[in-house]
Formats: sequence, structure tokens, C-alpha cells
Amino acid sequence: MLGFLLGRRPALSQAERFAVATQLQLTWWRFKRHKVAMVSLVVVALFYLVAIGADFLATTDPHATDSRTSYIAPQPIQFFEADGSFSPHVYGLKGVRDPRTFKLIYTVDPSRHVAIDFFAPGYEYSFLGIRTSTHLFALRDPQRGDGIFILGTDQLGRDVWSRLMVATRVSLTIGLVGVSISLFLGVLLGGISALYGGLVDNVIQRTIEVIRSMPTIPLWLGLAAALPNDWSVTQIYFSITIIISLLAWTDLARVVRGKFLALREEEFVMAAELAGASTGRIIFRHMLPSFLSHIIAAVSLALPAMIISETSLSFLGLGLRPPAISWGILLQDAQSIQSLALAPWLLAAAVPVILVILAFNFLGDGLRDAADPYG
Amino acid sequence: MSETLLEVRDLKKYFPIRKGLLRRVAGQVRAVDGVSFMVRKGETLALVGESGCGKTTVSRCILRALSTTEGEINFTIGGKTVDLAKMTRAQLRPLRRHMQMVFQDPYSSLNPRMVVGDIIGEPLLINGMSNRAERRRRVLELMELVQLPAAYINRFPHAFSGGQRQRIGIARALALNPELIVADEPVSALDVSVQAQILNLLLDLQDRLRLTILFVAHDLSVVKHVADRVAVMYVGRMVEVAETEALYSRPLHPYTEALLSAAPAPVPDAISNRIILEREIADPANPPPGCAFHPRCRYATERCKQERPEMAEVEPGRYVACLRWDELSLRGIAAMT
Repeated sequence: MLGFLLGRRPALSQAERFAVATQLQLTWWRFKRHKVAMVSLVVVALFYLVAIGADFLATTDPHATDSRTSYIAPQPIQFFEADGSFSPHVYGLKGVRDPRTFKLIYTVDPSRHVAIDFFAPGYEYSFLGIRTSTHLFALRDPQRGDGIFILGTDQLGRDVWSRLMVATRVSLTIGLVGVSISLFLGVLLGGISALYGGLVDNVIQRTIEVIRSMPTIPLWLGLAAALPNDWSVTQIYFSITIIISLLAWTDLARVVRGKFLALREEEFVMAAELAGASTGRIIFRHMLPSFLSHIIAAVSLALPAMIISETSLSFLGLGLRPPAISWGILLQDAQSIQSLALAPWLLAAAVPVILVILAFNFLGDGLRDAADPYG
Repeated sequence: MSETLLEVRDLKKYFPIRKGLLRRVAGQVRAVDGVSFMVRKGETLALVGESGCGKTTVSRCILRALSTTEGEINFTIGGKTVDLAKMTRAQLRPLRRHMQMVFQDPYSSLNPRMVVGDIIGEPLLINGMSNRAERRRRVLELMELVQLPAAYINRFPHAFSGGQRQRIGIARALALNPELIVADEPVSALDVSVQAQILNLLLDLQDRLRLTILFVAHDLSVVKHVADRVAVMYVGRMVEVAETEALYSRPLHPYTEALLSAAPAPVPDAISNRIILEREIADPANPPPGCAFHPRCRYATERCKQERPEMAEVEPGRYVACLRWDELSLRGIAAMT
């Protein structure tokens, strides 16, 4: 075990650095060698930055509807004028109704330039408690129907890009809140299970087995369907989070219990016991630090499952409901063949889902490998 | 030698075997089944036997890392004798400082997340030495005692070799100035070249600090080097207790004889008279009737299969549990060098 680690230490000259390296440092050194995990870490960090600055990155109010901008295809941003000078703008759009289908067809009008300003005022939002209306970019003086449609618009004329930004925040935080709740439940019940053993252990473990043997989707459906219709978006948001985490804590509880039981047999724990250490000291000074890294890895693997759960529930119309915006709700718009045929850009919300799930999985793998320098 | 420090009387430790969904108790493993012995102040008593004979269980029961099923563990400290077997965790805590353990595995016995200074200093901290500078001074003193360079105080265990780790473990055990050290196979996980260093360190410390050591081992050549007296265990029971020299030169129990014949001879051209024990060691969950050793014993008779021998003092300071001890003349290892 140790030989493997010593054999791979950076260099002999760094032996001293290695000798006094904490577990955290050793873990980090190992994690850094895992290239895919490092890239995933960056991706995940970027996603959470988007979640924090969602409104700042949005261009138009994600709730604002406009029948005149229904189903506009993605429009590129032009960065240069014809003479080569830098001046970001979008072209104006002209809508013509098809006389046979009555469908509005938009044609680009390259003669009309609508200039884009950076750090310009747009709709008002609250950022970390501060009311502001500054956005990363916005149109200088738009006429009615103008807009920056990077990812097009949906049926109600809402800008998909702006909605995607806000959805990222909702979907990613639901994962965090959900994991926090299941982490709490998992550590508490797993710890109690291992600490007391006997009947308590038996009851908790059998409960976990029962929960795990239930098919999750119908169960979610049932629980989610039980939520009253007249609840506010926030209430639904928290109920869905709790429902998801009530089923997700079992994995963490097993990890914690397993580690607890394994560590209790470790001789260094017995040494502390024989030195007269209290139970609290043994748990918090000796056992918890030893499996903290495993918990972190387990959490990073539990997060994508949470995000997927929320997305699938909302996609099926049983999780969050409009006017809430999440990835699942955006994908709900892309449910019908008709909308897919007319507006394939509505599928854009699937891209961040895939990206973030993959990134979290690689990150979790990397963390798990790095977490145990003696493994 | 002087007064008794530790007296174990009829110690029993059974582990339940649980089966099925409801974890019903289906049987008992009699890991330790009625063991009695005593340790005198200042001596080294070696507890030897094969793997699974219960010697580690005995040592853990004495330190009450395990609870006992039955029996007394009388520990004499400051002129007062207390029965450790009957004490609660809270009652034991103030007594812990008088008895400490050196572990077998120097890798798992040190917390990988603590530096050497914290590992050695932890018993001090727990037992009320809260002054940081004072603790550091004591830790450095202990490190010098076990011959570890003071510069290593901020290093983590992963930077040390097995032998050095064992020195850290010894320093930790000595931190509270204990009377009794229980060393559970302290060198069996180490390279042979390092074993001698650690053994000599233990002997040297015993002299200087007047320690009493209960030395658990399965290797008789190591025991010969360190022990004043030897207690031999077989399947949860004591079979023979004697002064080291007497036991080696003239064993009274057939099992001791077999063990001795297996020890490597110090003379290269010595004729090997190794006694090969047939069959497996008895199952402590289902020990044979009569003497537990009879299925493997060369000298077993019909009587051995039915009657269980009790341990008896057959000569001053010599105890043996064999029905035929006085009829047999067993071979030991001749003159000690």
C-alpha cells in the first residue's frame, strides 16, 4: 500500500514536503494527475458560476411572453460591421404570415442593425439581495419584437437562452439542496446504525433495503402527484427536493455505515479508546476525518442522480411546474413531434444536462480515486 | 521478584455466532475459555500460542478493549487492587493511564491524518495535559526515548518505515508512564532485521522505566530473547506456565514440546527433530471433549479424550494442564546460549 505511494512521490528532493503533507494535500496531488477529472472540475465550476450569475447572463426577462416573436430560430450575433470595425449587433427581423398555413415566417433584414451594449441595463432582477438591472449584454434601443435570440424562442416568444440560464440555477441548486438533505439523513442514520448496532441497525438496514427495492419513478410520481395544485413555485420546489432526497439518502447511509464499521476495527481507533478518549473525540477526531473524503466522493456521485431525478420529474410534468423554469421544464416544451419539427432548438436544454452529468460523474470518479491515498 | 501487578482468574470470553435474518445466536466461539495467570511487577510474561488460540483476545480483555464474559482481572495499582472486568467504561477511564498497548500492525495503529507529535501527544491531551508547550516538551522527550529524531515531529505516519512507526507506537504507549505495557505481537509485522532493534528497545525501556510487559507472540525464538516467564495457550485455554529457561529446557506439556521443536535452531547443523502436528487446530466454536489437544497429541490416551485436565501447580512456579505430565519425559531445547 505504502510502497505504491512512496514509489510515485514527485521527487526525492521533495521527500520532506511529502513527509509533512496532510491527507488533503496528498489527495489533491493525486487528483491533479487525473486529467479528465480536472477538466470536469472546471466544467462543474463554470456551471455553478452560471447558476450564480444566471440573470446577469440572461438577455431578456425569461418570463416575458410576446406572440410576435413565437418560434424564432437562433440568430447569430454579428460582431463586425461591413467595414471591419468592431460593433456587435443583431439584424432586425421581418415577420411575414404564410397565407396558406398562417404561420409567421421570419426573414432576416440585414439592412437594419440593432446594436448590442455590454454591461447594459435590461430587466430588473435581484443579485445576492441587490436589486440591479445590469446584464452582460443587451440591445441598445430595441423596437418591439427585437431581441438577442442566441438559442431562438419558444412558442410563447420567450428567449430560450435566457430561460436556459435561469433553469441552470434552479436545476443545479435543487441538486445541492437535495444532496444536503440526503447527506444529513445518510450520515445521521448511517452513523446511528453503525454506532448502536443490534436492533436499531437491523431496522435501519431493512428500511433501506425496502426503499431501494421500490421502483423510483412510480414512487416519485405518486408523491409528487400528492402535492397540492395551489402551492407556490417555492413550495413545490422545496417539496420536490425533499421527495427526491428522501429516497436518495440510502446510498450515503450505507457508505457511512460501512466506513464507520471498518474504522471502528482500526487499531488507531482502539489506541485512542485505550488512551481514555471519549466517544465524541473518537468519532470527530479519528473516524470522521478518515471518511470525510469518501463522503465527498459519494456526494459528487449523488449530485448528478439528483439533477437527473428533478429533470425527469419535471419533464413528465410532475416535478416543478411552470412558471418555474428548470431543465426538465424546458425539455417539456420539446416533448411533441410538432414542436421538435418546427423548433428543434428547444432541445438545447438537453446539452447542459448531459454535460453536467458527465462532468459530475468524472469528477466523482477522480475524487474517489484520490480520496484514499492508502487504497 | 516482587508483588503481583496483574492477576487474571478464570477469564472467559465468548463471541456469539449469529445466523439468519434476525441474527439469532446460533452458537458460541469460546475464544478464551477459563484462563488464569498472574504477572509480577517488573517482569516480562510472554503469552504464546498458534494463531487463533485466543492470546490476542486475552490481551484485549485485560485492557478492556473487549468486555469479558466471565472471570476476574485484578489489577494492583498504588496498593489498591481493582477488578477491571467489572468496571464500566467511565470507571475504567482514569485507570487507562496505568496500562497501555503496543499494537501488532504499525500501519493501522497510527492515524494517517495526524502528525507524529499529535499521535504521541494525544494520550497526554486526553489525560489533562492541556498546555501545548508542556505537551510538546514531553513528546520530544518520548521521541528521544524511542530514538526518533526530534525533526520528525511534524511528519505524517506515511513518511515512516515499519520500524519507525512501531517506535512511534511505543512512544505513544509510554506517554502516560504506564505500569503495564501489553505488547500484542509488536514485532511480527516487521522485517527480521528491524525486529531485533525494536525488541532491544523494549528491553532497554523496561530496564529504565521499570515496566511490566505482557508480551503476546507466536514466535518462540523472539520470546526466548525477551521473556522472564512464558505462558502457553491452546484453543482458549492455558496449557503451561513456567520460567522461560525451565520451559525451554524441559517442557511439561506435549503442545509446548511441539512448539519448541518448530523453533528454528540457533546451531546451523543441529539435527532437526521437528514434531509435525497432524490435523488442524481445534475449532473454538466446537472444541473436542476432554483435553482440547488430544486429537493432535502424540501421547494421547483414552483418558485424554474424556477427562479435561485442569491447570495445576506441579512444581513451585510451574503450572501445567496435562493428565500425563508426570509420565512423559518431553524434549526441550537444550542449554540456552
